[in-house]
Amino acid sequence: MPLLEITLLLPLGGSVLLAFVGHRPAGGWINVGIGALTFVTSLAMALNVFANGPQLTSGKLFYIDAFNVYLVALTAWVGLTTAIFSRSYMRHEVERGRLTDRRMRLYHAMYQGFLFAMLLALSTNNLGVLWVAMEAATLTTVLLVSLYRTPESIEAAWKYFILCGVGIAQALFGTVLLYFAAEHKLGAGRDDTLLWTVLHDAAGSLDPTVLSLAFVFLLVGYGTKVGLVPLHAWLPDAHSEGPTPMSAVLSGLLLNVALYALVRVKMLVDASLQTHLAGYLMMGFGLVSFMVAGLFLHRQHDIKRMFSYSSIEHMGLMTYAFGLGGPLATFGALLHMTVHSLTKSAIFVTVGHAAQLAGTQRIDRIRGLIRTQPAIGWGLLLGTVAIAGFPPFGVFTSEFLLLTATMKSWPWLAVPLLVGFGVAFAGLFRHLQPMVFGEPPPGQSAVRANMLPVMLHLLLVLWLGLSIPGFLARWFAQATVLISGASPL
Amino acid sequence: MTVLSELSLYNQAIILFASLVLFTSFIMLAQARMVPMIFAFAWQGMLLAVVTALVAYVSGHHHLYISVALTLALKVFLIPWLLYRLAVRLNIHLEAEALKHPSLLLLGGAGLVIFSYYVALPIVHLSGLATRNTIAVSIAVVLIGMLLMIARKKAVAQVVGFMSIENGLFFSAVVSTYGMPLIVELGVAFDVLVAAILFGVFFFHMRESFDTLDVDRLNRLSEVHESLLTDDSGSPPEGH
Repeated sequence: MPLLEITLLLPLGGSVLLAFVGHRPAGGWINVGIGALTFVTSLAMALNVFANGPQLTSGKLFYIDAFNVYLVALTAWVGLTTAIFSRSYMRHEVERGRLTDRRMRLYHAMYQGFLFAMLLALSTNNLGVLWVAMEAATLTTVLLVSLYRTPESIEAAWKYFILCGVGIAQALFGTVLLYFAAEHKLGAGRDDTLLWTVLHDAAGSLDPTVLSLAFVFLLVGYGTKVGLVPLHAWLPDAHSEGPTPMSAVLSGLLLNVALYALVRVKMLVDASLQTHLAGYLMMGFGLVSFMVAGLFLHRQHDIKRMFSYSSIEHMGLMTYAFGLGGPLATFGALLHMTVHSLTKSAIFVTVGHAAQLAGTQRIDRIRGLIRTQPAIGWGLLLGTVAIAGFPPFGVFTSEFLLLTATMKSWPWLAVPLLVGFGVAFAGLFRHLQPMVFGEPPPGQSAVRANMLPVMLHLLLVLWLGLSIPGFLARWFAQATVLISGASPL
Repeated sequence: MTVLSELSLYNQAIILFASLVLFTSFIMLAQARMVPMIFAFAWQGMLLAVVTALVAYVSGHHHLYISVALTLALKVFLIPWLLYRLAVRLNIHLEAEALKHPSLLLLGGAGLVIFSYYVALPIVHLSGLATRNTIAVSIAVVLIGMLLMIARKKAVAQVVGFMSIENGLFFSAVVSTYGMPLIVELGVAFDVLVAAILFGVFFFHMRESFDTLDVDRLNRLSEVHESLLTDDSGSPPEGH
């Protein structure tokens, strides 16, 4: 399947190319162009998989099924729109003297390198390579978090590096244990025992004790990257101190990829254990993250930090939903992954413009956006309305599905879920209202803003809220069958 | 478990070298000065390479020789050399860190070793490999590395801890499954190399911004302090 190789090689080649192009104005355009090409090939690949079913490349190194192909397309799409936003945004940052030309070279090269790492993590069939790609995703972004070289950003990057590095080391140990269990069952000396397809076929006969031990390590490891409480300490720092396009892709994409890895291994562990242990663990961690992050929303002073707590909250909700299992919850979680990515990256794009407009990220100094520049004000308002789960938008649909699934199997858990929704809503809106409607400080003037990505994303989320298009619904249904074993439709 | 003298010479050698690997972990845990700590890390890599070569020779898994070469190149020579050079250039190679409770730290390490033996029980039970008795040691090396990172405040010490966690993971793969597939080994080695270089870059950034490599000083971003911060140092300056 050459389409997959092209999808992977484009960002990899782009990363090298952009390292040579450097800070020239063309860099931004090349970044957009590569993003667009990647998106087109990933879409073609998605349609191909949709028509012909799961595909394994000849070397068995890559495996594409309904679950990861839609995440590949989503990653390429958000990568593209964020590249469009980042072109003008980063140029503005250079003009303001926050960045030097050399760092723009680093930024562009690492942006594509990061996309490559995520696409590799999503499409690989080898659980070891999955780990390597996850670690590579950390390594490519760690210097971008500290791009501004302020003391805060260096602290944030150091925390990100150390916490994610140590966290993900646990996942490598979990992978070793998986490999151990597989070799024990399938015999040593084979070189395909770490392939997901092989493991999945043999999962029923793998030793349950070793697999449950492996899952605990994998949950801690990949859970650190998902941002599950109490392993989340790096996330608000890294998301708030880095350049805004980075916050958008970290929040919108990287967390998804980590959750994807977790769900993949859960599928193995479930088949081996024949119990709900992995699900219970994910439900517990997810629900705690959801509640705690909702409370933290209330005491934030930095706008990007606030929205990164909102990301933790939503990732917690998805982890909980995948843990809940069952076709309805899984369908809801897949939908939620999509709408959260789209909405959150749109919000970060808007927040980036708002911070440039106000000259600060502090919530109490961002005032009167809607009067100074209506596009940014409305963008922030609608984005926040969408992420808080208001009806016409897609987040409402997925949250409603999750709530319904909860009512069906764990009725009393609906109470903390509803309380959590309320707390998070209040936390977002108490800060949002003065920022959008308040009195603008004297002398505040409009900035050059590219709201196209925001509008596109919010329209998509709105569309998903009003009616999920048939092909997408069937797609999610296919993925749901893969993960939960039953169809939701 | 059998009595030591009943084991073959090969098994005894594996256990001996594994215990030495664990010993270097303890040295790193309590060594307050930077340069000896880096040397202890290099020795740990050396011992790992010896164990791996031994396993490769006796078990006939020749792809492990590549891992041996990678370990020798990266963890015995390149990374320790890099850390040493950085320590000299940043003029911290003579510094010693004031450890608060070294004996408590070592006791904690011992506790972790016992815990590792408990965790490893189901794996050892299942394994038929000659090296199975040392799986617990590899888990202990990982956990002691984590303890080191929690207890130590110098950035260099934290990097050594980080790298020794990697050592422990590599060790666990060697003794429990005779190594991971080659492509994974290569990928991990590449990641470790890039991480080492990035850490070096970070030392300079930290020195520039904080004038120290004490991670204690990295305390600007926390939920408690943030409400006290009134200046705008972390956010963009006023527009151009």
